[in-house]
Amino acid sequence: MWRYMGRKLGIYAITFVIAVTINWMIPRFMPGDPVRSMLNKASVSDPEAMERMTNYYNEVFGLETPIHQQYFAFWAGLFRGDLGISSMQYPEPVTDIILRAVPFTLGLLLPAIILSWIVGNHFGAFAARNKILDNTVLPVGYILTATPYMWLALLLAWSVGVVGGFLPTSSGYSLALIPAFSWEFIASLITHWFLPFLSMFIVALGGWAIGMRNMIIYELEADYSNYLQALGAPRRLIRRYAFRNAMLPQITGLAVQLGTVIAGALLTEIVFNYPGLGSLILRALNNNDYFVLQGTFLFVIIGVLIANFIIDIIYVLVDPRTRVQMTGGSS
Amino acid sequence: MTLRVKDLKVYYQTLRGDVHALDGVDFELADGEIMGLAGESGCGKSTLGKSLIRLDSRMRHVDGTIELDGEDVPIAKDREMNRFRYHEISLIPQYAMSALNPTRKIGRMINELLQSRGVRPSEVTEELNRRLELVGLDPDVLKRFPIELSGGMKQRVVMVMATLLNPSLLIADEATSALDVSTQRSVVESMVEFRDRGYVKSMIFVTHDISLVYQMADTVMVMYAGRVAEKAPASTIINDPQHPYTKMLIGALPEVGATTDEARLEGIPGTPPGLLHPPTGCRFKARCPIASEECSETPPLVEIEPGHWAACWKTGR
Ligand SMILES: Nc1ncnc2c1ncn2[C@@H]1O[C@H](COP(=O)(O)OP(=O)(O)OP(=O)(O)O)[C@@H](O)[C@H]1O
Ligand code: SF4
Ligand SMILES: [Mg+2]
Repeated sequence: MWRYMGRKLGIYAITFVIAVTINWMIPRFMPGDPVRSMLNKASVSDPEAMERMTNYYNEVFGLETPIHQQYFAFWAGLFRGDLGISSMQYPEPVTDIILRAVPFTLGLLLPAIILSWIVGNHFGAFAARNKILDNTVLPVGYILTATPYMWLALLLAWSVGVVGGFLPTSSGYSLALIPAFSWEFIASLITHWFLPFLSMFIVALGGWAIGMRNMIIYELEADYSNYLQALGAPRRLIRRYAFRNAMLPQITGLAVQLGTVIAGALLTEIVFNYPGLGSLILRALNNNDYFVLQGTFLFVIIGVLIANFIIDIIYVLVDPRTRVQMTGGSS
Repeated sequence: MTLRVKDLKVYYQTLRGDVHALDGVDFELADGEIMGLAGESGCGKSTLGKSLIRLDSRMRHVDGTIELDGEDVPIAKDREMNRFRYHEISLIPQYAMSALNPTRKIGRMINELLQSRGVRPSEVTEELNRRLELVGLDPDVLKRFPIELSGGMKQRVVMVMATLLNPSLLIADEATSALDVSTQRSVVESMVEFRDRGYVKSMIFVTHDISLVYQMADTVMVMYAGRVAEKAPASTIINDPQHPYTKMLIGALPEVGATTDEARLEGIPGTPPGLLHPPTGCRFKARCPIASEECSETPPLVEIEPGHWAACWKTGR
């Protein structure tokens, strides 16, 4: 068990190092002068501030220091939580900017992933036992999974938000309000959250429902189901077993889907102008703010790795087969 | 008389029509009898086994009756049939290796099954442990997952589980086919032991392997293309078979005790008829060396001597 975890952690660590290295390389080996292009976009009028910025970035991109020293300095900064200073919001540290965006992205992602997974699985399991439902869930599910994220998000924003006018379609909260722990502000957060959440939830739902339906049907035809039926076990028991066993591949599916889901979340944020990491990436791109870009990617990578690790652990806890293989247990 | 099967017809419904997998099967099984069921692949052995406990969705009961301990077994009525399942009629399936839920500990799964069948697990725990020990398993296997057991161990667990409620009839469908020879032998010995101790009253043991049948079975029934060809005490079937098909089947044995299925199955020239449109008259006539005109009529299954039935026009001694 621990050896398995150790090995997994090792793999994650290597992935992390490689990702950070690539991340570090991109602005440095891009054609052109990164400092110049960053500063061009930064709209600073005060020449003194401009001077300070130029010095700072020249130092960080340290054209005089050898490249490996730059690399180690980058890592050292990373461990101090120092990701540099933003050019578009000079002189704010990148870490602060990102930490402000992260709760919005997580607030969107986690409920969308978890709820769509749970609801989709139950829905699919339910559909598997009901002909009429099955005939409706399946086509609807296929349509939903085939729907591009952007398109559904735009459709929702347009129909519910713009035409219907029920819910706001832009930003994370009403800009007329000052962030505070008040009912008014929280209500504003929720109404702004709802549409982006819904679009992600709906797109993900169909896939889980279809997957679960197919898995359940497969499990209900498995030998152990057949045998229990032959011994007269009630359908309730057989379904319970089938549901649990069908869940396991769905957990792996979650890990596999994670990248897609996160990409979808970033897109959704852009459509709804939601102040999370997705919008931040877009803004940083427009402003050539390499530090923010670097930092955001780093956060996304860390997030994906952590999520994968959690799913790994859950899988090990629920599937005895992996547990057995890990302890090398046999007779 | 434990089991009496009369003129049983069970068809598979397929897109191309009905497959006459059982087309008038007659036999009786006495208390304490272990009957080996033999015949070429596709002759309907598994179908017969399934018909006695649970028809799957494609199987249709067309005709015939089954009687167990004097009671009618309502095979076509899935719900009424449930009363018999596990309590009276039990099964060791052909797929015993995968018959256990892979994600439940064995003990827990057995308990859940018992509960769902109205038996309090605590009432049989002691017996369960005793029987596991009897087949050479440590009761600790109950705390393990199926994947942690070898094939032979799983086979024995399934055997103990299937017979825990002392059923009147046990159907073992190729229960030993996936095992190596020595494991086969010990499983077979355990089965006989279970019968001797009265854990099961009688048993139908489906197999390709006639030499194995000879070791354990009291009687052997040979099927051909959905019908009974011959049924007799095991020694009679091996040493003095009457039906031409049985003779060829036994004659094709390379030597008693050999274990490869292929050797003996290749021994009979020709192939069995398709059961989608079975031939009229004796189903063996296309391959029978002594077929004659009368064979275009279906030969009845008659008792040619006490305890020895055969369905052939030429065996009426
Ligand atoms: N689900 C099914 N649908 C249609 N035909 C079937 C089905 N299952 C079995 N059959 C047919 O029924 C006949 C009897 O099959 P059965 O499985 O009883 O044979 P068997 O004697 O057990 O063979 P084996 O020794 O290979 O296990 C075969 O001709 C087979 O093709
Ligand atoms: S009835 Fe005729 S064809 Fe059939 S086995 Fe006997 S002799 Fe052969
Ligand atoms: Mg079979």
